[in-house]
Amino acid sequence: MSGAAVQVEQLQKTYVVPERDAGIKAAMMSLVRRRTRSVAAVREISFAVEAGEVVGFLGPNGAGKTTTLKMLAGLLHPTSGRAEVLGYTPWRRDRDYLGRMALIMGQRSQLQWDIPVVDSYRLNKAVFQIGDADFAARLGELTDLLELGELLRKPARNLSLGERMKCEFAGSLLHRPQVLFLDEPTIGLDVAMQRRIRSFVAEYNRRTGAVVMLTSHYMADVEALCKRVIVIHHGTLLFDGPLTELVRTVAPDKTITVELSEPNTASRAELATLLGGRVAEAPIEETDTGWRVKVPAADTPAVAARLLTGLPVTDVTIEDEPIEAVIEKVFAVPAHDEAHGRASDEAEVRR
Amino acid sequence: MTAPSRTRPDQLEPAPDFSRFSWRALRQYYRGEFAASVAVNVAYRGSVGIWVVTSVIQPIVMIVVWRTVAGPTGMVGGYTAGRFVTYFAIMMLVNHLTFIWLMWEFEWRVREGTFSPLLLRPIHPIHKDISDNVAYKMIGLIGILPAMVILIVAFRGDLSGMDPLQLVASVPALVGGAVLRFMIEWVLALSAFWLTKTTALNNFYMSVQTFLSGGFAPLTVFPPLIAAIANWSPFPWTQAFVANIAMGRTTGASILYGYGVQAVWVAAAFGLLRLVWSRAVRRYSAVGA
Repeated sequence: MSGAAVQVEQLQKTYVVPERDAGIKAAMMSLVRRRTRSVAAVREISFAVEAGEVVGFLGPNGAGKTTTLKMLAGLLHPTSGRAEVLGYTPWRRDRDYLGRMALIMGQRSQLQWDIPVVDSYRLNKAVFQIGDADFAARLGELTDLLELGELLRKPARNLSLGERMKCEFAGSLLHRPQVLFLDEPTIGLDVAMQRRIRSFVAEYNRRTGAVVMLTSHYMADVEALCKRVIVIHHGTLLFDGPLTELVRTVAPDKTITVELSEPNTASRAELATLLGGRVAEAPIEETDTGWRVKVPAADTPAVAARLLTGLPVTDVTIEDEPIEAVIEKVFAVPAHDEAHGRASDEAEVRR
Repeated sequence: MTAPSRTRPDQLEPAPDFSRFSWRALRQYYRGEFAASVAVNVAYRGSVGIWVVTSVIQPIVMIVVWRTVAGPTGMVGGYTAGRFVTYFAIMMLVNHLTFIWLMWEFEWRVREGTFSPLLLRPIHPIHKDISDNVAYKMIGLIGILPAMVILIVAFRGDLSGMDPLQLVASVPALVGGAVLRFMIEWVLALSAFWLTKTTALNNFYMSVQTFLSGGFAPLTVFPPLIAAIANWSPFPWTQAFVANIAMGRTTGASILYGYGVQAVWVAAAFGLLRLVWSRAVRRYSAVGA
């Protein structure tokens, strides 16, 4: 494999799940004839991440993001394929690898529930063999950055969700992991706390040069942190590249909104004529104060100029499609199973 | 939130060498984990207290039953009423120091995925369980030791045959028994990776274990065939063997033989544990981690 920090080749994970129809009869039948189904959660994905990169891992629920992160963290064994992180095969669970990596799961706590947070950190100090001086310096730094202060003396069970998440981050970073897997780190947090966590991750990446792979349903996380995104859907890798390119590919239109001094000055037909050519086919929407029109990015300057000269415009805004809408379009791709009938990778097994 | 950079990427400190085994690192880990375990047990001292009280109930029932069976002057299986009292009081202590509860906890760990954080640490999860177990035992001793003395005094236990040398000899047996039982029950706990509901299996195991380890009655009370079956199982070597040394019923070469049997069972259990563990971690994948 190459010298990338994370190298994934043809990684696949298939779960075998029990399946039965509803009702008592089906339940009784399942005692003697157990039916299972193979479900491919991740299908032969390949990608590489260089040291220092922050990569957003996007996909709807059940797309295979978490499964991939768990394989890279060494929690899951793949069904097939290869992966190397920092030169280690994650699922061999080499202690050296585990000591250089962290997986933070927004919905799962790694803190000791019943004891003060600082006691959990002392335990991490022992687990990760952190020296006294390093521990004191790092804890001080993390306490500053995340404003932990009084939280350190509270048991984790008494923390709010946002407070707990801050403490999770600090605890998971005390050993200075070189690779950081973040699975929905801002889930359930208020906007201010999301922003704080985001800027903290960016700062950690900047300071340490650690690789960060992040899954999130909040596009603001991805926009703020990740220049590069990997889109996975139905276990298949759909896109790997800069976020801007994804937007350009999936949503090549821009939205021009004009406010008019007299809103009803131009009719829909007149506006279409004004736009001319294929641009006339663009969706036009009337607003309270004027018009909103979607045009291909390349035509935006020309169309804006025509609108400005042909209409009594008081204000104009030109916007990309919201990133949420872009992602929604990507996720609208039908499932492999739906597209090809009953999946070829599903098999009925009797036990 | 932003602060001046103190560590540039090229200044990232080298991580410790986890691949090399170090007694010093393990000792430091145990110190840290033990402190956390004690803190958790202290946080739930009420719960620990209730468990300790519960541990006393079964010996009281056994003492009452077997004292009645033996009568004031009679003897059953070589035990007088007073010897039954001493036996069950010591067995209570041995049981406290050897039992583990992880079979019940593993089901929850696997179902809820709380095992994942333990698998992310560069140390085998068994070390945390050992530490938790020892911490609980030490705190529980505060209740169990006085309870043992009270049982012996209140029910007029017979301490004849007990001497300091026998007590000293019972300590390695107790350690061996605790190690053996821990391994057996940790392997049993790993069944949670295959069976989503393990309560029935755990209850079955506990009944068999208590019966064959001498928890319901001393093995000499059993018919010879049952006693022989028990002695070919690992269970009496985890409990009754220890109590019998402390009471002076097992002496001399028999003690050495017992140590040997314990060692063989520990080796077998260790092999089984390694085998099952490696499969259990792979299996955890299938459950969904």
